[in-house]
This record gives sequence, C-alpha cells and structure tokens, in this order.
Amino acid sequence: MKLKLAFIAFAMLLTTILAGCEPLLVLDPKGPQAETTANVIWLSILTMAIIVIVVITLLVIMLYKYRASKQSEDYEPPHIEGNPFVETIIVAVPVIIVLFLSIVSVKSTYEVESIPEGYDNQEPLVIYASSSNWKWHFSYPEQDIETVNYVFLPTNRPVEFRLYSYGPITSFWIPQLAGQKYAMADMVTKINIVAETPGDYGGRNANFSGEGFAENTFTATALTNDEFNKWVEEIHSTADQLTEEQFNKLLKPGHLGQMTFTGTHLEFAPAPEGEHGGHHHGETQEEGQSNHEDHSSHSNHEDHSSH
Amino acid sequence: MEFFERFAIPHPSPLIYASMVAIGLTMIAIVVGITYFKKWGYLWREWLTTVDHKRIGMMYIISALLMLFRGGADAVMMRLQTAVPDNTFLDAQHYNEVFTTHGVVMIIFMAMAFIIGMMNFVVPLQIGARDVAFPRLNAISFWLYFAGAMLFNISFVIGGSPDAGWTNYFPLAGTEFSETVGVNYYMWALQISGIGTLMTGINFIVTILKMRAPGMTLMKMPMFTWSALITNVIIVFAFPVLTIALLMGTLDRQFGTHFFASTNGGMDMLWANLFWVWGHPEVYILILPAFGIYSEVISTFSQRNLYGYKSMVGSMVLISFMSFLVWVHHFFTMGHGPLVNGIFSITTMAIAVPTGIKIFNWLLTMWKGKIRFTVPMLYSVGFIPLFTIGGVTGVMLAIASADYQYHNTMFLVAHFHNVIIPGVVFAMLAGLTYWWPKMFGFMLNERIGKWGFWFLTVGFCLAFFPMYITGLDGQARRMYTYSEETGFGPLNMLSFFGAGLMAIAFILIVYNVYYSFRYAPRNVGQDPWNARSLEWATPNPVPHYNFSVTPVVNSSEAFWDSKKNGHQLFKDKIDKIHMPNNSGLPIIIAGLFFVFGFSFVFGIWVGVIAAAIGIFGCMAYRTFEKDHGHYIPVEEIQETEMKLEVRNNENR
Ligand code: HEM
Ligand SMILES: [Cu+2]
Repeated sequence: MKLKLAFIAFAMLLTTILAGCEPLLVLDPKGPQAETTANVIWLSILTMAIIVIVVITLLVIMLYKYRASKQSEDYEPPHIEGNPFVETIIVAVPVIIVLFLSIVSVKSTYEVESIPEGYDNQEPLVIYASSSNWKWHFSYPEQDIETVNYVFLPTNRPVEFRLYSYGPITSFWIPQLAGQKYAMADMVTKINIVAETPGDYGGRNANFSGEGFAENTFTATALTNDEFNKWVEEIHSTADQLTEEQFNKLLKPGHLGQMTFTGTHLEFAPAPEGEHGGHHHGETQEEGQSNHEDHSSHSNHEDHSSH
Repeated sequence: MEFFERFAIPHPSPLIYASMVAIGLTMIAIVVGITYFKKWGYLWREWLTTVDHKRIGMMYIISALLMLFRGGADAVMMRLQTAVPDNTFLDAQHYNEVFTTHGVVMIIFMAMAFIIGMMNFVVPLQIGARDVAFPRLNAISFWLYFAGAMLFNISFVIGGSPDAGWTNYFPLAGTEFSETVGVNYYMWALQISGIGTLMTGINFIVTILKMRAPGMTLMKMPMFTWSALITNVIIVFAFPVLTIALLMGTLDRQFGTHFFASTNGGMDMLWANLFWVWGHPEVYILILPAFGIYSEVISTFSQRNLYGYKSMVGSMVLISFMSFLVWVHHFFTMGHGPLVNGIFSITTMAIAVPTGIKIFNWLLTMWKGKIRFTVPMLYSVGFIPLFTIGGVTGVMLAIASADYQYHNTMFLVAHFHNVIIPGVVFAMLAGLTYWWPKMFGFMLNERIGKWGFWFLTVGFCLAFFPMYITGLDGQARRMYTYSEETGFGPLNMLSFFGAGLMAIAFILIVYNVYYSFRYAPRNVGQDPWNARSLEWATPNPVPHYNFSVTPVVNSSEAFWDSKKNGHQLFKDKIDKIHMPNNSGLPIIIAGLFFVFGFSFVFGIWVGVIAAAIGIFGCMAYRTFEKDHGHYIPVEEIQETEMKLEVRNNENR
C-alpha cells in the first residue's frame, strides 16, 4: 500500500515538474531528424509505461492478496513448478513488444541517418565541424569561410556536417536538430541536419573530453536562405584570412569566444578522410577521394594524420 | 628531488590535504589499536592467512562496504557540486577525478567485491561443500583484489587520480591528454584485481561443477548457485579481454606503442570496443548474482518454491550468451551506419526478454504465497518495480535512433543507476541481511533496517528520476557545472537532496550493525528465517568445516524437504575431515603485486624487477612446498558439534 501511495505521489510530482517547465529540448524538435527521434522517444515511453504499469499492478496484487498477515496461521503455500501456458505468455508478450520496437528502431535509424524526406533532391551544404580542446571549428569549403564556436545554417536546406577531432573523441550534438555523432581524430563521420525554423539552438560536445569539457559549447543559428547568403558575403568583406599559423594557435587547449575568418583550414590541414585518413578503408576512402579532387589546392603539406 | 616530485599530487586542494591527514591518522589508530590489544597474532593466524571461504567472503564484504563509503563520498561531492548552477565547490579537474574514481570504485571495488564476497560465503554452503575447489587460490584472489583496491585508493594522495572517466576512452586517456600518473594507476589497479577476479571465476566453476553434495544434480542446485555458476562463466570469458586491453593501454602510455593512438596505424575506437566487449558482460556479471539472491529471498519469504525454476535457469544461460553480442550499443554514435546499429539494437532489446521472464517468475513466486515483509524481502519487493523501470529505459536506450539523443546524457546516467542500485546494491543489502545470522550468529535489527530501506528507496527515486528529465533537456553527463539559463538547477538540487537521503540510509545501515551487535539476542537458532536451501542446515555460527557430515540432497530445496517432507539430510556417521592449511603466501604475493603495480605506475624499474622476482620466487616456493592439508579428528568434530548443539538447542 505504501508503495502504491509513494508511486502516485511520485507520478504527480513528475507531472507537475513536467508541466511547469518549458518543453524539454530533445522533445522540442526544430527539424525532421530531431522530430523523428522525439516521436520514437514518445512512442517508446508509452510502450514501456504499459509494461511498468502491468508489473506494478501485478506486484501490488500479489503483495496485497498473499501477505502473511492476511492469511491463517496454518496456511501452507502450495508447491507450484510452473505452467507451460503461463510461461508461454510471459515469453510471448515481451517478444512481441521487442519485435515491434526493433522495427521502429531499425526504420527510424535509417531515417535519421539519411537526408530527410522531401529534401533529398537538394544538394546538401557541406560544413566540416572539427573539435579541438575545447572548441568547435566550422569550415564551409563551398563558401570559403570558417567560424569558431558558432555555426550559421540556412533553413530548409539539408546540411551535411562532416565531423572530426583534433584530440579526444568528442560528440557533436544539437539536441533540437538531431542526435549525436562522434568526432574522432582518424576519420570523418557524417551527420545530416535540416533546420526548419529559424532560431538559435544550443549545441555542444557531449562526450567527456577533459578539463574544459563543460564549456565546450557552440551556437547553431538557422537563418533563411537570403540571410544566410548575406551573412556569407558580409564575412568575405570583413573577416581576415585564416592562416596556418593562426589556426595552429587556435588549436591550443583553452576556450575562445566566437570567431570568423575567410578561407578554411582545410586548405592547409585537410580533414582525415580519403588519403588523409588514419585508416584506409571502405566508404570513407572513396567518398573522400572524390571530395579531395573537389578542392585539391593543397599540395605541399606533410602527412596531417599525425595530429 | 626530482625523484620525489612525481609523487606530489598535481592538483592539490584543502580537501585532499584533509583526507591525507585523515588517512594517516586512521592508519596510525588501527596499528596502535591492534598492537594495544595484542591482536596481531590473532589477525595473522585467523584472518590474514585464512583460506576459509567464509572468512574470505567476509573480508570481501567488509572491503566492499569500505569502498561503498569511499565511492559514496565521491557521489555526494559530485551531487553537491552540481546542486546549484555555476558552483565552485570543486573545479573541473577535481570533478573529473572524482567521477572517474567514483565509477571505478563502485563497479570494480565495491560491486564486484560484494558479489564475489557473497558467492564465497554462500556457494560452498549451498552445495554442501567444505570449501572451494582451490582454497589457497581463493585467498590469492582476495588479496589481489585488495592490493588493486589499495593501489587505486592511494592515487589521490600520491601522484594524482585518474581523470578520464571509468570508461577511460583513448586518446583522452593517452599521455598526450592525460599527463599525470593517474591513468597508470587505473591500468594497474584494474589489472591486478582483474587477475584475482579471473582466478575466482575458474575457482568457482570448478567448485560448483565438482564439489556438489551427492544427489545435487545441476538442475537441483539452488538458484543463487546457478547464478554464481553462470556469472563465473561470463567472468572467465570476459575478463581476459580486459586484461589484454589494459596491457595494451599500459604499453601505449609507458612504452610508446600506438594501439589506441590516432596516429601510426593505431585506433582509438579499438579501446572503446575492447572496453565494452568486457564492459557489457561485466554489467551482467554484477546483476546475475543479484538475481540469484532475489530468487532465494523471494522464495523464502513467500514460503513457496521458486516459480519456473527451469525458465529461470534457461534465461540466465541465454543472458550469458547474449551479453557478448550487444557491446556496440555503448557507442551507437560512433558512426558505423544504420545496418550495424540496427543489428546491435535488436540484440540489445532481445536481452530484455529473458530479463522480463525473470521478473514475471518472481511475481509468480509470490502468487499463492505467504509473504512476510522482512528487510530482505522489502529490498526484493522494492527491486521489482524500480528495476523494471531501469530495464525499460534500457530498452529505450537500445533504440539506436533515440540513443543518439540519450547517449552521454543524464538520461543514460539515470538508466544505469536505476539498474545497478535497485538491482545490485539492493540485492547486496538484502543478501547481507538475509545471511547475516549465518555469518555472525545474530540478526540485524528489523526496525532500523526498514528505516534504512525507506530512506534508500525514497532517496534513490529523488536522486535519479530527475536525471531522466534533465537528460532529455540536454544535460550532458560529466559536466562539472552548468549555467543558470540551462534551467537544470532545480532538478539537480532535488537530486542532491535525494543523495542526502541515501547517505542517511547508509549511515542507518552501519548504525544497525553497531546496534544489533550490542543488543541483538544471540540465540537465533540455525534457521531464523524458516528458509529452504542447504546453507541453513549448518549450525550457527558455521564451524570452519561447514558440515560435519556430507549432506545428501534430492531437490533444490533440500533443507525444506528435511523440515517438511521427512527427507534425511545427514545419513553418514561423523568421520575425520580433510581441510586445507592456512598460508601466508597469498597475502605476501599480493603485497609484492602491490609493490610491482606501484613501481610500474611511476616507472621505478628497480621496484618492478625486484617485485617480479619476489612473485616468481613465491610461485617457485609453492611449487616445491609440501602441504597436504590436515585432518580434523572425529573427537574434535564431535566436541564442536556438541557445543554448537547445546547452543542451538538452548535457543529454541
Ligand atoms: C534490460 C536490459 C538492459 C538494456 C536493454 C540495457 C541497455 C543499455 C544501453 C543501450 C546502454 C548504452 C546507452 C548509451 O551509452 O547511450 C546501456 C548502458 C549501461 N547499462 Fe544498461 N541495459 C540493460 C540492463 C542493464 C543492467 C542490468 C545493468 C547493470 C547491472 C546495466 C548497466 C549499464 C551501464 C553501467 C551502462 C553504461 C555506463 C557508462 O556508459 O558509463 N544495464 N544499457
Ligand atoms: Cu551494455
């Protein structure tokens, strides 16, 4: 009985807390990727709530009906080995639930990994996001600009982030736009994002990476296409050129505010993909190669996989 | 001077200096105390050199409780630091050290020691054996664990603690980003105690397979013994992976290899893979013995046989296989495509099925039972709903797409505490209370015990449920602080409050030991709970040979049968009993391992070589040592039994 009361009290506490606050970031999506995950999360919460409620109900019934204080002194509980029928049920029900969720899982995982439906006819905007202790560097090869600790995206256009790290494994995360993906030193990983509503979204490195980890954040700002293009032009007319020397300074451990440059570090320090990758295998290599040809201005660098 | 400088801690703080003083004073107090009461001889003869599984079990459990307090202090510090936004109680570096040691201490030195301690004490009694198969190896296992634990615990006063998380991901844990000796300590402390654990695994498999009482077929073993058998099989398969991973990590850090580096053909992802190939089975190593304890407790206090014995066994066997097929779920976000993630997502969810079967079997064990709400039963009853919540959040995490949002957040932290605390910690407290009278001959006070349970349960809910919410709100784990705008403040304060209640619960539990030691009646008889399995057929306290006559068994509840169905447990007459001799070698060899590990941490090669020679010397000595154990003569057994009988009869 106490247990039931405690549980009700807790459930009420939960709802008041949930109701009293702004929507939780992950459940307040601003793009199709995050929306898919939010829907999957709600679906799984509901499915799982059923299981929890069934188990708690059964438990309360057992405790209530079969507690010793309710039975006669000389009641001897029977010996029960098990029952094939009952045991089939307790296997079958979980199996069905798991099957259902497996389908949801596989389907939604394919979904969030690809360019969202309705946007797949557009050429994605490629942005390289690389982390260094404890900053994020965003390089726009197409626009030929680079920013630190903030990133501007056009809305309603697929954006392909290519992630890698100068240092520990980090995890690129903008909760309202999409789930995480690791950034590592010896290969490039990818994440597809579409922002549908203009606005500022918090982003961070979610994977522990040492002393400055807590402040390893950035802002992602979604702008309309026109605003985005204006912003790019503005940068070209105001910001300085990023030099190799300066970039190496930026890599030093610490925190920097937001910064803007023209040019990208990819020209003198290419991303670890294709022939610059730490491992030459599979997919990354082929795609990297073609990519490499796109901007093959870098000829006289040493092997940069040795960061 | 330079030689000594490296022993200095890199980030000193008043807190650390205070603990140094405290540690120093405690050590002096212990040494003075033992000397004053002239207990060195007793300690050496009866405990430090013992090969008795019961005493080794108790030493494991005492060490586990000590580690629980060490890890608990870490936990309270973390919750205090994050209770309010922008707090400055700990700085980032200290916070990182604290959560790293918290994780390692709790998993490796608390939970592992607790379950191995329980297995040590209970398994031989449950199968009607007089000791484990290799008693001296068992002592070595314990002392290696102890050496590892001590090595790990001195890190924060000598040289600095590890700070790369209990998962210790490279390259963060490499020398480039973790320059102090902290991670070296991690490598060697885990290595040394891990070797001990591996030996335990082998020892218990042999014990359970070869030393069961006549009549006890595999399918007539009590459920805790079954869980111990499966657990040890997992240990034997999983721990070698850890051993090798740690060795490779050591080579990387101390000899300049590049296994886990991101350059020269190394692969940082390799560490993550190896770690979790061990790490996921490890979480099942922790939970299976807990399942075993709940099976015993629920069946005893429902006064009914365990429902679905066969499916209980079957599900554990299934879990043991499957636990090796799911490790990738710890890094769905590493970028290996939807196909791989999809497969591991399915295997992970599949493992929830056998887990669910067990929950329903426990519920059905209560069905038509006669449920008594003792402290062990309260923990078991609390376990069922709370663990179910932890399990279903595990299934939520197993959905790969959703995990991209949960991963590395407080949601994950909430999940694994939700399975480990109501799963493992509750089980250990239930088991400890349940078998306490067998260990010490008196019962723990029920009233204080129940207060402890309620504080712990309510504290747990308040401490960890809010984390599900902050996780979904974007709070990453392992952040030493957060800003006010994030809005994480109030829920983290609630969490801190819950942690406070849990701390009170543990204080109550310790107080209960003290209180019961002073006031509890000593005449509890050999079977105070009206239990069912063989360990309760021994007198209280258990003589060191356990059973004067080997019992004969015909079901998984032999003792219950002897009470209710007229089954005769002890048929033979008392005969002389062969027992193993005590030995000082285990503690000496573990001491040498400690020196070896410590020297290795600091690269003091003289110490390493000297200790290595010592270790091999001990092994050589053992090889040529003639030690065939001893016999206890019949008269002595009869005398002991008589005394125990008088004692136990007085009590009825
Ligand atoms: C019902 C079955 C379970 C499922 C489906 C499940 C699923 C998962 C998944 C998918 C993760 C990784 C999440 C992530 O990193 O994003 C995880 C993490 C974890 N789980 Fe479970 N789990 C289950 C039961 C357990 C049990 C019984 C324990 C321990 C007794 C446990 C302990 C842990 C731990 C310690 C971690 C991660 C720790 C870390 O990253 O530091 N889980 N679980
Ligand atoms: Cu796992």
